Amino acid sequence: MATAEKQKSDVILQYLRPRKKFPSVWCAGCGNGVVMSALIRAIDRLGLSRDEVAMVSGIGCTSRMPVYMDFNSLHTAHGRALAFATGVKFARPNMKVIVVTGDGDALAIGGNHFIHACRRNIDITAILINNNIYGMTGGQGSPTTPPNAFSTTTPYGNAEKPFDPCSLAKAAGATYVARATVFHAPQLEKMIMEAIDHHGFSLVEAVSNCHTYFGRLNRQGDAVAMLKSFKDNAVMLAKAKTMTEEELKGKIVVGTLYNETKTEFCDEYQKLIDAQMGGKK
Amino acid sequence: MANKKRKLMQGNLACVHGAIYAGLRFYAGYPITPSTEVAEGCARELPKIGGKFIQMEDEIASIAAVIGASVSGAKAMTATSGPGYSLMSELIGYAYITETPSVIVNVQRGGPSTGLPTKVSQSDTMQARWGTHGDYTAIAVAPSSVADTFAETVRAFNLAERFRTPVTILMDEVIGHMREMIAMPEPGELPVFDRVKPRVSPDKFVPFELTPNFVSPMPAYGEGYRYNVTGLTHDVMGFSTNRADEIFVKLDKLKNKIENYKNEIAKLRVEMMDDAEIAFVSYGTVARTALQAASIARKAGAKIGAIQLCTIWPFPDEQIVQLCARCRKVIVAELNMGQIVNEVRRVLPRDIQIHALQRYDGEILTPMQLLEKLEEVL
Amino acid sequence: MTDTGRVGESTGKPAGKSKIDYSKGPAPLNINLQWCKACNICIALCPTQVFEPNRDGKPVIARANDCIQCAICWQHCPDFAITSNYK
Repeated sequence: MATAEKQKSDVILQYLRPRKKFPSVWCAGCGNGVVMSALIRAIDRLGLSRDEVAMVSGIGCTSRMPVYMDFNSLHTAHGRALAFATGVKFARPNMKVIVVTGDGDALAIGGNHFIHACRRNIDITAILINNNIYGMTGGQGSPTTPPNAFSTTTPYGNAEKPFDPCSLAKAAGATYVARATVFHAPQLEKMIMEAIDHHGFSLVEAVSNCHTYFGRLNRQGDAVAMLKSFKDNAVMLAKAKTMTEEELKGKIVVGTLYNETKTEFCDEYQKLIDAQMGGKK
Repeated sequence: MANKKRKLMQGNLACVHGAIYAGLRFYAGYPITPSTEVAEGCARELPKIGGKFIQMEDEIASIAAVIGASVSGAKAMTATSGPGYSLMSELIGYAYITETPSVIVNVQRGGPSTGLPTKVSQSDTMQARWGTHGDYTAIAVAPSSVADTFAETVRAFNLAERFRTPVTILMDEVIGHMREMIAMPEPGELPVFDRVKPRVSPDKFVPFELTPNFVSPMPAYGEGYRYNVTGLTHDVMGFSTNRADEIFVKLDKLKNKIENYKNEIAKLRVEMMDDAEIAFVSYGTVARTALQAASIARKAGAKIGAIQLCTIWPFPDEQIVQLCARCRKVIVAELNMGQIVNEVRRVLPRDIQIHALQRYDGEILTPMQLLEKLEEVL
Repeated sequence: MTDTGRVGESTGKPAGKSKIDYSKGPAPLNINLQWCKACNICIALCPTQVFEPNRDGKPVIARANDCIQCAICWQHCPDFAITSNYK
């Protein structure tokens, strides 16, 4: 259902929740807004109707996104977005269910739901905005905080190793996995389109800047400085395939990392229903 | 009239059939003794009628999926036991504040913690009222037989839909696993209630509007009403708020919508109370024991009656006061260390003696034990 | 010969880097100063330095004729505060 029509630059404004006050609560320069912009453009380009989209989130800065958009918004509890989304999608398979989540929400408390949603290959699109920190609660470490990085709960440096959300998703069974950064806004939009269009579990990891906490605690500068570092450290997938592990240290591999078609959960279950009902309605 | 279908059925399965009768079309759950048969029954029965069953990765995911499905418009249920109910607590609170109709079955077993997976207790009674944090008003029902389980499950769904709230069905290991003959009601025999849908156009829709009965109409997904559902305390539009006046309105609404209709939600079974001077008060499994003990005692000349609480929460204050008005003594019998007895003490006047008979060793109270207690207090 | 790129001076063709003669129509971009939080992203990312920060750090169009409608500013604005009058 992708439309090739030219979008107007003010398309975002048409999708903002009526009667909600703007600007958003996010910090000045927060990548969440860039992702929201890309998300809305993607939905518009796909020609989806607002009523068919359910936007589900957990808790965190990123999870504040659904309230700002004019879709069926479901702001749930910390870590549980994918479980709620599974209920919505399974009960209403004709809807497009999009989950907006963060690194802590999806991979710490939500880790179990994350791997099972991937495993089921249920037709949900998860947009994981990874800012390597818990922003909403004031800058604690998250499962993607890099080794030795500082946070309020790793004041002497992080002694743990991080997840790679994309590898985790692929290993658990996701069939579309892509990564971009908020610097790469046009690519992000395209990936989100592909992810939503993809029939199966899709993950788009959007590497983003929390300059307020991660940036400040790790001397990464302001929003502009962090975006510039995303630009400098990003490596396109094709190039990354020619690089060694050593060369890729500290780099962000950007691109569609995995894209396969496999049987989807709701479809498989519908077959069971059809068999049990024996063709009678 | 044609013979109703009579079947020998397990309590857990009667819950499944009652739920389907009430319109259940979505079940998400996780196996846990002694509730597992509810999940297995739904796994078998739901696809036959185009319904959906999913075994989620844990109990938290289960209740999340149930709420998600219900918000989207389906009647949804999960079943568990004590440990699972504890896990679900946070999201049961989410269902309270978002006013999402849902049914949670707790087939109680011995606790705390892993406790006694295969033995009975009624020790989650208070948890059904206070399990999750915060201020809210709860509805919980407790069947006492297989046939009662069917009917109370239908009633639980109706209450959930009517009051836009989670409803807990407090079963226990004995009721869940016992088998009795049940005559399945015909369609139309028992009332089935659906949530009220909005009648205004989407642009005029106020998702959590304050109505005269405090229940806001609830649309399904895809009907043109797009609104925000959040666990944050919110205003009538569903937007989170920090304003004292809006917070008060929301929380007060959660209280009033149920408290104001306590008497309609209350349900008790009353036997031999007309001239009773002593009453047994009980619920669930113990209610049958109490009825048996009361019958025996009556034959021996004691003026004793039996009150069964079918609705546990909201606690039926007025009904208990009225029924026990002419009693001198009340014996509250429970399979726990004393939970409902405190409610009875709270509502009855000081001059009525209240005695507690408690058993918390994983076994059921016997009629003999109730009679011994009766002798003791006489 | 290059024009100094002053807006409003009609030379019959656009000066600066733009292909559009902005002096003949609306400004290249529309900035919502109520929504703008002065994050500086648009100012810093603009490839032709169209913006200058005002006293509040919010962008004003200083070199309209350099605007090539590349979309970087409105695609990266986290507060949807920039839209184009041409796209």
